[in-house]
Amino acid sequence: MGRHVLLIEDEPHIAEAIRFILNRDGWQVSTHANGQDAVARVHATRPDVLILDVMLPGASGFEVLSQLRAQPETANLPVLMLTAKGQGRDREAAERAGADLFITKPFSNAEILASVRSLVTP
Amino acid sequence: MPFNILVLASLAYVIFLFLVAFVVERRAAAGAARWLRSPLVYTLSLSVYCTAWTFYGAVGYAARSGLEYLTIYLGPTLVFVGWWWLLRKLVRIGRQQRVTSIADLISSRYGKSNLLGVIVTVICVVAATPYIALQLQSVTLSFGVFAGPTADGWAMPDRDITSIWVAGGLAAFTILFGTRNLDAKEQHTGVVTAIAVEAVVKLVALLAVGIFVVWGLASGPADILSRIQSSEIAEWQMKPSRWTGLILLSAAAVICLPRMFQVLVVENSDERHLATASWAFPLYLMLMSLFVVPIAVMGLELMPEGSNPDLFVLTLPLSQGQGGLAMLAFLGGFSSATSMVIVAAIALSTMVSNHVVMPLWLSLRPARAVSGDVRRLVLLSRRLSIAAVLGLGYAYFRLSGGSEALAAIGLISFVGVAQILPAMLGGLFWRGATRAGAVLGLTIGFAIWAYALFLPSFGPDAVIPARVLAEGPFGMGWLRPQALFGVEGIDPLIHALFWSLAFNTAAFCALSLMSFPGPVERMQGAAFVNAFEDSAAPNWAQGGADPEALLVMAQRILGEEEALAFFEAQARAQGKAAYLPDPTPAFIEGLERRLAGSVGAATAHAMISQLAGRAAVSVEDLMAVANEAAQIMEYSARLEEQQEELTRAARQLREVNEKLTQISVQKDAFLSQISHELRTPMTSIRAFSEILMEGDMPADMATGYARIIHEEAIRLTRLLDDLLDLSVLESGTVQLNLGLANLREMIDRALASAGHTRPERRFDIQRDPASEEIFLRTDSDRLTQVFINLISNARKYCDAAAPELRIHVRRKGARVTIDFIDNGSGIPKDQQTLIFEKFARLTDQTRAGGAGLGLAICREVMANLGGTIGYLPGQGRAAFRITLPLRLERAAAE
Repeated sequence: MGRHVLLIEDEPHIAEAIRFILNRDGWQVSTHANGQDAVARVHATRPDVLILDVMLPGASGFEVLSQLRAQPETANLPVLMLTAKGQGRDREAAERAGADLFITKPFSNAEILASVRSLVTP
Repeated sequence: MPFNILVLASLAYVIFLFLVAFVVERRAAAGAARWLRSPLVYTLSLSVYCTAWTFYGAVGYAARSGLEYLTIYLGPTLVFVGWWWLLRKLVRIGRQQRVTSIADLISSRYGKSNLLGVIVTVICVVAATPYIALQLQSVTLSFGVFAGPTADGWAMPDRDITSIWVAGGLAAFTILFGTRNLDAKEQHTGVVTAIAVEAVVKLVALLAVGIFVVWGLASGPADILSRIQSSEIAEWQMKPSRWTGLILLSAAAVICLPRMFQVLVVENSDERHLATASWAFPLYLMLMSLFVVPIAVMGLELMPEGSNPDLFVLTLPLSQGQGGLAMLAFLGGFSSATSMVIVAAIALSTMVSNHVVMPLWLSLRPARAVSGDVRRLVLLSRRLSIAAVLGLGYAYFRLSGGSEALAAIGLISFVGVAQILPAMLGGLFWRGATRAGAVLGLTIGFAIWAYALFLPSFGPDAVIPARVLAEGPFGMGWLRPQALFGVEGIDPLIHALFWSLAFNTAAFCALSLMSFPGPVERMQGAAFVNAFEDSAAPNWAQGGADPEALLVMAQRILGEEEALAFFEAQARAQGKAAYLPDPTPAFIEGLERRLAGSVGAATAHAMISQLAGRAAVSVEDLMAVANEAAQIMEYSARLEEQQEELTRAARQLREVNEKLTQISVQKDAFLSQISHELRTPMTSIRAFSEILMEGDMPADMATGYARIIHEEAIRLTRLLDDLLDLSVLESGTVQLNLGLANLREMIDRALASAGHTRPERRFDIQRDPASEEIFLRTDSDRLTQVFINLISNARKYCDAAAPELRIHVRRKGARVTIDFIDNGSGIPKDQQTLIFEKFARLTDQTRAGGAGLGLAICREVMANLGGTIGYLPGQGRAAFRITLPLRLERAAAE
């Protein structure tokens, strides 16, 4: 089981924080900051876990996820979604789009670490 | 006999009549007066034919012209005995069409023409006025007879007072009982009964005088016959032309006189009464005429030379000292006069009110005036008409000065109303008769009557100059009123009767043949001419209603299932196993009611009438149908209106709802945005503060993370500041700090302040400081805030390699325009209005720390400063324009 995470997040400070937390736990973290070429980036990096923000410039996290789920290579990719809106609607939309886990910002470092771990440990 | 007693007796008699009418009216209202509607009362009421003219005048007539007076009785007798079918048709039509007067009959027959109604009304009023005057005169004269020998100075003023009292009293009586209420059929039970009582009184009085003359003065019938034989009356030669003419005339009068039409047709409550009247009325006339010749003969013999033969009935008993008998005779004459005047006034007032006053009022009143109280108005108009008719009669009496020969006036009236005969008979028996024909015939006949008979009757030079009478108008001899077309040497009355009726009839027939009747006229014509055909049997069951036809019709109206169910239930109720019940009256009435529920009563009635072969569909029915249709249309129009209103209301509601939903969506989006904007810096702050709390990292790294926390905290604060600012600006509760400030200084300050945004970029600022030397009265801090925002945006987003910003100031009257134009690629067209919305940051790529509230705040600030801010399209670059007033007044800011 690989330990490669792709983080798609447009807020540089948040991306920096997550990268730091996961690095420390032994994960290799790639980052990407917009929605429009996120899918291509996934195909290019072939991560073991995808962390996907909802509010992205270009295309929303939901759109990106739907595209990923529609393709066989990424249909079963473990995906953790992040949202800053914190509304029930977003959680439902995330589940519909095929997210495995869903975390509302702001989150604790332990929470995001546990979530990423749980996605690679069956 | 003391005059006072006479007056008292008259008063008592009138009060008695009042009582009779009153009691009968009461009982009729209670429904307990069936016997009052008996054939006997009907027949007696017909005796209004016998007026004071017949009562007093017949004796005078006999004394002057021998047996000719009989023609006046022979005409009606012939009509009642020989023309009963004509009377029956008249009565039938009168009841079917709910005719209220002879004018109404003619107008109704010719398509409800009010013109004809007016013409007939005018003829009747003109012809009846002298006749009413005649009655007033006879009553006045008879008073005079009593007063004359005893009281000295029974002079003209007193006679006038008597006549005015009589006229006034009659008007009061007629108004009281003729217009107590409004019946659709215009029947007056009380009055008719009083008239019947008067008929008995006048018959008894005349018979009593006759018996007194034959057995009291002469010694029995044989003696009287010999006295007649020897008197000059026996010498009178019968003039065949005059007899024929007079019989025809009185025959016409008995059906055309307004008062006769009133009792004969309008007051008729049962067609079968005619059967009794057809023999009883001639009998009554015969009794009335029985002693005329004996009284005349004895009068001529016993009374002094030169005494008025018209008053023999009174003067003969009086001269013999028979005060009681004279009193009875007086009451008889009084009865004759009053009954005629009362009935004539009722009949004429109905016509005047219905055909003149009401149409005038209806056309004069404002459209859509209240229709609720028409009844009272009709009654008022009737009462005024009665007063007017009697007033006319009184005026005529006063003006004519009281001609001595009563009979002449009566016959002249007869010829006048006889003009109605062609139109009436034509209407009853000839479907081709038209309105135009009737109008022309009536008009010509009336004109000839007036010219040849009525106007000359006032005497030479009264109305028609003597020269015209003698030589014709403008010397045209053939137009001499009493010798038209050179026909000379015949009796003026017969002359006028002949020419007027001849021209009347000829014009009526000719124009009827030439003109075409309108639709209503055609239908009315058919209803009149065929009055008996469809309604031979008033009973439904005998009318031959075909149940199947009824079922077909009912199915069309009620729907197949419902109609079948109704018919089946009815059939079962009749004990029949089949679907079709017998057309019994109960069934037909039930069906009519059922249909009425769907199509309205009048329509239902008309349909059933057609199928059940009841009466022909009358114009009233059709009018009612039309009324119903109009009501339904009005109703549906109202419904439509309501529907439209509802639709409008629904649309408004929907719009409001959409707006609310939109606002709600916007609010949700706004909250969601705020949430996002708050949580994002929070996330960084929390994550890095947790990282820092764990320690164990190089110091420079920790410092870097602490700086991030600091930056995000500032971002958070700014967001909160902006939100607060916006909410104050939006709610309009912002405190403006107004003062005079130099625009150039404000721009200077804004440029310096905005320089902190992306300080690495070098901007070429182009401005014309001279044009900026404007002193504005505004809130300079707020305005500068807007400038800073616009300049910062340019610094943040201008994508040109060598960025420049042009600030252009212009004064336009009392307003100032400031443009900020950079040389970047600008904002896409579809987003140009969007940028002023909250959180409308177009792109997140070039983050400058704002939350997307900047332009929204600018917009609110400018609104508070009485100005605007907008994106200036078509510049090919980012261009914002601010306008604001030179002098902002406090009121505008609030």
